[in-house]
Amino acid sequence: MLIQLKDIKKVYNQGKPNEFQAIRGVSMAFEPNRVSCIKGSSGSGKTTLLSMIGCLSRPTSGRIQLGEQVISSLPERFLTDVRRHTFGFIFQRFNLIPGLSVLENVMLPAYPLGLPYKKLVDAARRLLQQFNLASKADNPIEWLSGGESQRVAICRALINDPKILIADEPTANLDSKLSNEFMQLIAELRQSGRTVLLTSHDPEVFDSTVVDRVVEMRDGVVLADVG
Amino acid sequence: MLLFLRKQKYLIDYTLSSLLRRKGKSLGLLAVYTTIVFMLASVTLFTHALRKEAGLMLQASPEIIVQRMQAGRHAMIPADYLQRIGRLRGVMQKAGRLWGYYYDPIVKANYTIMTEGQSDTPLTEIVIGTGIARVQGLDVGDYLTLRSQSGEAFSFQISALLENDSELVSADLLLMSPKAFRRLFSIPEGFYTDLVLSVRNPREVNKVAEKLSQLLPDTRPILRDEVLRTYESVFSWRQGILFVLLLGSVLAFVIFAWDKASGLSAEERREIGILKAVGWETADVMRMKFWEGMVISLTAFLIGYLAAYGHVFFASASLFEPVLKGWSVLYPQFRLTPYVDGLQLATLFFFSVLPYIVATIIPIWRTSIADPDAVMR
Repeated sequence: MLIQLKDIKKVYNQGKPNEFQAIRGVSMAFEPNRVSCIKGSSGSGKTTLLSMIGCLSRPTSGRIQLGEQVISSLPERFLTDVRRHTFGFIFQRFNLIPGLSVLENVMLPAYPLGLPYKKLVDAARRLLQQFNLASKADNPIEWLSGGESQRVAICRALINDPKILIADEPTANLDSKLSNEFMQLIAELRQSGRTVLLTSHDPEVFDSTVVDRVVEMRDGVVLADVG
Repeated sequence: MLLFLRKQKYLIDYTLSSLLRRKGKSLGLLAVYTTIVFMLASVTLFTHALRKEAGLMLQASPEIIVQRMQAGRHAMIPADYLQRIGRLRGVMQKAGRLWGYYYDPIVKANYTIMTEGQSDTPLTEIVIGTGIARVQGLDVGDYLTLRSQSGEAFSFQISALLENDSELVSADLLLMSPKAFRRLFSIPEGFYTDLVLSVRNPREVNKVAEKLSQLLPDTRPILRDEVLRTYESVFSWRQGILFVLLLGSVLAFVIFAWDKASGLSAEERREIGILKAVGWETADVMRMKFWEGMVISLTAFLIGYLAAYGHVFFASASLFEPVLKGWSVLYPQFRLTPYVDGLQLATLFFFSVLPYIVATIIPIWRTSIADPDAVMR
């Protein structure tokens, strides 16, 4: 599914003394079934851009189109529906819910769908099996290592079978070995037909052969677009 | 429908696990909430039960009591007043009553003594209330000694214990023959404590009372409805005082609930952001928090109300007894008849559960309508 951005701007605290323009008119398109990485230093606007693409926030102006659908102007209810069925998110700090088990964390995005419990558990266990976490399914999430937590976050992102996977600084809390493993998982996800959008300032990510395209940002504008 | 129910089940499951995750905070809130409900429910249950007892007691009481007044005080009434009243139209039955109070220094309690039966009732037999039997450890066949005004001791054999719908009526009651009563209190024949009248048409009670005042100017008629109103106002006044006393704690709880709800912690805000980011709708988050509020408030309400029920009807409302019960601390212990008023229950529910849920939901709604990205940041 093609993602098109047209003259996207994002202003925080508009009209206030601390007004800040995070994105200054970005236009680009992301083709399906590719791994794209937005790189840039902290404050360059890459996370803001990704969150707008993933319907986690709205642009102040401009248009975001997902396939034929303009999503930037959708009401909240429809936006949630798009978010739920189209995107899977992997956050920098994984954002897993402490106190819940691994299995419960994975099932969390599917609760509002009201699927039969057995179907839900089977789907979650299949994913955990696929990411070598089957034996940890009933463990509390706090017991897991950084790499394991990230794999749980990937499983959670995939539970609703999204077409597009969005990962914000996914290797920021991982060592070099785990970062490589993560990129291999991304390669597998692309092979399974998914589109992957990443942000990173880690060379092991944007220089990886898994990444098809690298977009460089600084101060809310695109500096370079390679691939 | 099945889909909806399944969704609610998942939300409730998540809510319960969420409460368990914040065990300390949840239990603390539950304890404070339960205590507030317990106190409010105790007061309302107790005053309602007392009103009910008073109603039960007055059901059997005469429509009009006639008391003779002398120098502004209640005095014995001559028996010939009965003949004078006999000429009044509308009066169906009339009788003289003998009753009084007896202070028992051993148990430090006031007993009410009334008369029963005719003059042939044995002089030495007595019927006592369950309250007196309880505090004195007496049973049928035992003897109870009372000291007369002149200091003479009279022994009575207990022939029966009083059974009544309401212990308020019977707990401190002693029934003896009129003759024994007159001997105990040195009251001559031809005098009664007061007179009781029943009226043929209940709508004429006020008219009969008016005529009585004209016919017997040194008496005052006391109507059953007036007594009931007095009870009502006394209990309402006392209930009001207790509510004022409790208001501080209720207010503290409201502030606590509001603070808890409005001051969402960073962790809670983040959790809401995560849930929305992974595909929960604003309505899902609201429903989840609604269930959380329901679980806490309903649990607190049920525990608090049941504890109050036990406190009032099985532990004699020991916490509020001195404020709400009787005029004297020397009153014999009695158990109230269990009675729950639907409207009172609904009112308590409305004023304890709903404010908490609203106080919880509004700030959650404010957080959950924001963009997930903004909430997580």
